[in-house]
Amino acid sequence: MSEMLPAVSRRTFVKATGALGALAAAGGTMAASEAVFGNATQAHADEPEKLVWSQCNVNCGGRCIFHWHTKGGKIQYMTTDDIGDDNFQARACLRGRVMRQWVNNPDRLQYPMKRVGKRGEGKFERISWDEAVQTIADKIRYTIDTYGNDSIYVNYATGMYSATGRSVERLLNCVGGYLPMYGDYSTGMHQYVMPFMYGIGVSPYENVSASSVDQAQNADLVLMFGNSPADNRMGGANVVWDYNAVREAGPEIIHIDYRLNETAAGYPSEWLPIRTGTDAALVAGIAHELIKNDWVDLDFLHRCCVGYDEETMPESAKGQNKSYHSYIMGLGYDKVEKTPEWAAEITLVPAEKIRELTAKIHNAKAMFVVQGWGLQRHSNGESATRAVCMLALLTGNIGKPGTNSGMREAEPPGAPVGSLPSSDEDPNGAPMNMVNAKISCYSWLKAIDEGSDFQKELDATDEIALFMGAQNPEMAEAAAKIEAPKNGIKMLWNYAGNCITNQHGDINKVYEVLSDESKCEFIVGCDTFMTDSAKYCDILLPDAMRAEQLNMSTNGYSEYYWGVTVGGPAQEPPFECRPIYDVHADIAEKLGVRDKFTLGKTQDEWIEELYKAGAAADPEMPSWEGILEQGVFKRQLPTAIAFEANVADPVGHPWNTPSGKIEIYSECLAKIAEDRELEGRLTEGQVIAPIPLFDPGVEGYGSVTDEFPLYMSGWHDKARTHSSFGALEVLKDYNRHRLWINPLDAQPRGINDGDKVRVKSPAGEVEIEAHVTSRIVPTVVAMPQGFWHDADMTGNKLDKGGCINTLTTYVPSPLAHGNGPSNSIIAEVTKA
Amino acid sequence: MVQYGFYYDNSRCTGCKTCVMACKDYHDTALDVAYRKVYDLEGGTWAKDANGTYSTDCLFYHLSMACNHCEDPACVAACPTTAMHKEKDRGLVLVDDSKCVGCGYCVMACPYNAPKVSRDLGHSVKCNGCQDRLDQGLQTICVMACPLRALDFGPIDELRAKYGDNAQIHPMPEPSYTKPNITIKPSPAALDPAAANTRVANPKEV
Repeated sequence: MSEMLPAVSRRTFVKATGALGALAAAGGTMAASEAVFGNATQAHADEPEKLVWSQCNVNCGGRCIFHWHTKGGKIQYMTTDDIGDDNFQARACLRGRVMRQWVNNPDRLQYPMKRVGKRGEGKFERISWDEAVQTIADKIRYTIDTYGNDSIYVNYATGMYSATGRSVERLLNCVGGYLPMYGDYSTGMHQYVMPFMYGIGVSPYENVSASSVDQAQNADLVLMFGNSPADNRMGGANVVWDYNAVREAGPEIIHIDYRLNETAAGYPSEWLPIRTGTDAALVAGIAHELIKNDWVDLDFLHRCCVGYDEETMPESAKGQNKSYHSYIMGLGYDKVEKTPEWAAEITLVPAEKIRELTAKIHNAKAMFVVQGWGLQRHSNGESATRAVCMLALLTGNIGKPGTNSGMREAEPPGAPVGSLPSSDEDPNGAPMNMVNAKISCYSWLKAIDEGSDFQKELDATDEIALFMGAQNPEMAEAAAKIEAPKNGIKMLWNYAGNCITNQHGDINKVYEVLSDESKCEFIVGCDTFMTDSAKYCDILLPDAMRAEQLNMSTNGYSEYYWGVTVGGPAQEPPFECRPIYDVHADIAEKLGVRDKFTLGKTQDEWIEELYKAGAAADPEMPSWEGILEQGVFKRQLPTAIAFEANVADPVGHPWNTPSGKIEIYSECLAKIAEDRELEGRLTEGQVIAPIPLFDPGVEGYGSVTDEFPLYMSGWHDKARTHSSFGALEVLKDYNRHRLWINPLDAQPRGINDGDKVRVKSPAGEVEIEAHVTSRIVPTVVAMPQGFWHDADMTGNKLDKGGCINTLTTYVPSPLAHGNGPSNSIIAEVTKA
Repeated sequence: MVQYGFYYDNSRCTGCKTCVMACKDYHDTALDVAYRKVYDLEGGTWAKDANGTYSTDCLFYHLSMACNHCEDPACVAACPTTAMHKEKDRGLVLVDDSKCVGCGYCVMACPYNAPKVSRDLGHSVKCNGCQDRLDQGLQTICVMACPLRALDFGPIDELRAKYGDNAQIHPMPEPSYTKPNITIKPSPAALDPAAANTRVANPKEV
């Protein structure tokens, strides 16, 4: 509000106008601040406008379409996809709409730099490109010669999606390879465990194991477990739009969530509040009622599944009360009957509501059960994510119209064009990864810390292949050969990512491990901002944005359509920023492998070749000249029903599990649990269970203490995509970073809405503004993830940025070694 | 003159603020200036039940609003210099920069929190209905931006014929006060009588 106005007369007015008060009183409190972008003089007012197509390139799951409006070689503003049917447009969300402020930000990294302060301190000195490239090439050579290719690790990073956006893997494969990862930070626990239930090949990124959202329009009940696309997948061709169509088609929607999320905005009656991390207990309570009322689909369970009850238990587990039924009815495992009253105490959902919900489930002709990915990013996520699927299985709501598998909605089967290959098929000296080790994407810090003591890790396919042995000898043999990296990780490569600290976990521990420069000897980074992770790099390179080079990108992985966009550059890279492909080509030259890396092609020529290969396989796609002219090609995809063929004919189309059926009880998991127990790899509170039971997990239900009496979780909110866009003031000002706390928890702590508070966990402490709101359940506090860490690491380490990973502990999940602790936190909140 | 106005589908709005950001990008406004704003309305309480569980009557919805280009604009009436005026072709409420002295009476008068005095420019600024885009036959930037297709802009008679003539959800004032040219499809939450007890939960964002 303008400081010219006398506040008293405003208040008088507001009082006088009665009902108008709320809006007028609310208005104008947005803080005035320096205009970095606003009111720019229109230097190019008379020049003709040029239009350039491009796409958003971050990791929300979507890749919205940008139409840059430029004048005089400078971006002025953007419009978005306005092609064709209004209902089929990849319209950019609030983040995409301010991409100009990222591209033209005065805080962009401008020059190559080398670190001169301590790791994490953020002190750098400008160097030449030649020195940077030479240093990196020398370090690659030194690391390979001294420690081996398996000691070079490319860190998980998702700040850049583009057909030619990732070239470091190809570069390293030109000199023998690097230590690869399995899994990802989004779906680590889910991705790892689902193949044990639904079979090898099942992943969150396809449309066989999950139904497309449009199927929910055919349901009469939609159960959303922690799934809020309006908080994070908000583009106009993304899932938020698909669910809007579902609501307007009329099924009852129930959001099971610890917070009243944005997808339920305007529809608070859709919210079934639950304590964070306890969804599996709710499922068990519902299962109990389904069983008690004889409402389970026994025919389906016996025909298609293993392990529901004794009738289908494998020989090794028969007669031991190890079935799912035995667990629910209190005959096996913890021997507690999972009544709604039992579930109510854990979940905070009243027993009556559990019974009501069970009746709704029973009465639904078709039920669409779906989960978001936040639920599996708990320390008990490997059990919880399977538990949600049990509702589909117990009621036979799978494989038919209007149903789903319980996994997150289907994702498009690939995209119309490929991306820069990391290896080539020609065996004669072509780029190829020769390393025979792999680690979980979350384990790199352990591999640095433990060095040669780091224990071998296998992905889910390896584990299942080993279990199946003679059934699948080739895969079993390959899995048996996998080794641990010999010397841990000695060199870390971080391109367009913030998973060294901000998006990893337990930032204070990362600082401690990386401070010992004898462990990880060299870290190279390339980014557009001085992110918190960038502060740990020994050499830091300034990247060019995709708006500053020819860009080809496709539909995102969570947008259910096929598309490709080609265009650019909209403007030239500023200062000494360079496209990463060109930088890697120069490093390859110093290593004597430039031709192997480039195959004689520029980035633009790769894009042309990749496009033409896609177009050759798809007669509907325009020619290369055509796409340059029109910028965008898009096409709707046919609907998908999860496991439709398998359910219709389970004998002819068996699941790709050891038994050929859906494994509610997994013998393979039972064996892994035994092995890991013997190897001493399970820490206190860690459970690997053969059936989808409720286990509280580390820092889960029941673990709160006098010192840390609150449960805490995080979510992906609209202001950022993970930490991408996190530097932009405009997004921070219009989406304030706040800790949500229920009035019943705030009041005894003397906390009022808007107060500055401290949040403390066993791992660290942050400072943040409190939002006292009924939109969160009592006993739980939460804040959006991705805010930029801001602490004096040589001092008190108090994080005034409010990054949730200051509060998470580094305890990789028991099965996947994934980032289970992301949403499993115990904490206390006090007035700052 | 054909009076133009907005349609807002509150039943679709997820409060994503894409409309706010698209408008800010296109009109190149300063950080603290937004011609369109999104209000978060929250209400309800929690109670602990005898058996240890909880119950709530939590209510929550959004309101996205720019200028309603009113029939009887309070800002125009309050303006001492006639800078704030109703334009002749589409009935848009506009600021004549050359006349505005930045006194802020319009800011005080408007019950919809639409105009603002720009500290940098020294005069009032507000939604101009993307007049330049309309002149080119284009739709406003916010309408074309909305991922939920929850906005429309055009001749208000046509919009009312298509969408009805409701012009108020809490906490908007009685439409009789300024006769806003907006029609709104309310969400169930906004239709709930308890909506009257909700508060703006994001005052620092608007």
